[in-house]
Amino acid sequence: MHEVGIATSILEAGHRETERRPGARLMGIGVRIGVLSGVDVDALRFAFECITAETEDEKVVLTTEPCPRMNRCQDCGHEFSSLQSSPFSDAPCPRCLSTRTTFVSGDQLDIAFIEVEEP
Amino acid sequence: MTVVRVEQKVLNENQRIAVDLRRRFQEHDILCLNLVSSPGSGKTTLLENTLAAFRPEEKVAVLTGDLQTENDARRLARYGFPVQQIVTGGVCHLDGKMIERHLEPWSLADIDVLFIENVGNLVCPSSYDLGEEAKIVLLSVTEGEDKPLKYPSIFLKSSLLILTKVDLLPYVPFDIEAAKANARQINPGIEILEVSCTTGKGMDEWRAWLEKRRSKHHANAGSAAVSG
Repeated sequence: MHEVGIATSILEAGHRETERRPGARLMGIGVRIGVLSGVDVDALRFAFECITAETEDEKVVLTTEPCPRMNRCQDCGHEFSSLQSSPFSDAPCPRCLSTRTTFVSGDQLDIAFIEVEEP
Repeated sequence: MTVVRVEQKVLNENQRIAVDLRRRFQEHDILCLNLVSSPGSGKTTLLENTLAAFRPEEKVAVLTGDLQTENDARRLARYGFPVQQIVTGGVCHLDGKMIERHLEPWSLADIDVLFIENVGNLVCPSSYDLGEEAKIVLLSVTEGEDKPLKYPSIFLKSSLLILTKVDLLPYVPFDIEAAKANARQINPGIEILEVSCTTGKGMDEWRAWLEKRRSKHHANAGSAAVSG
């Protein structure tokens, strides 16, 4: 629902980083999106296309990398992705089967890299 | 083509403002709470009943967000505390900049508790830090008990879940224990209260929760002032 705002923030951040490199032209942006970030990847891609269409950013490629929810076992310390079962439930530890596991990550909404063409 | 590692949050700018807001709230010893729910879960009604219980000399303020109209601010202003409407004009959440701008006319020294009533939406508000000390999510018993599973992000980020309209439980097929279990599945540490603004059930517990947060916050602010 707020993907247009997010897409705009991504594009702005991409330009901010590109401006640090004199003469560079922004060609691509890579973002990491956690399953718990509240952002729908398809809607984001659509929003990004809409805001860049028929602008000088038309050729900027958006790359998205989905990130699973990671849990840590409170008993044996094992960290595991709980994407296989349900991304949202506190899955039992696959190593020691303890059910005492806690959320570590999965709500990322990060810009990982930009691609630029330099003179 | 050159690949440049960036490693920053997409909402960096909002995060910067949120960090600044949090610092200002701490400086002025303000407990800021961000209320989030679907439209119609009872945020405004809960706030009305909450404000009614504060003594007139207490320093409480409310920022209330909606896409359109000043209706909620009008409802809440009747209790005599400072209230401002944030009309987002179509934006589905509040962000740090909106909070910053609407705090401008107020002196922060005159506020002890600041309630922020977010736009009715379980999705987008979860992405935007407003500098609050805690997010509170409301879920009414006329909704589905699986909402925590459908909208996990906000339940994960909230410190407290308030189940509202519990006076309607005899008339609706809402399984309250399943709702609690679903919320705890997402966020094992979440606190849960059952409230009805119609019968007053749970309001004492809600006020006790607020008092507990206020004194904890006060103690933290005090020790921060001593050490800093």
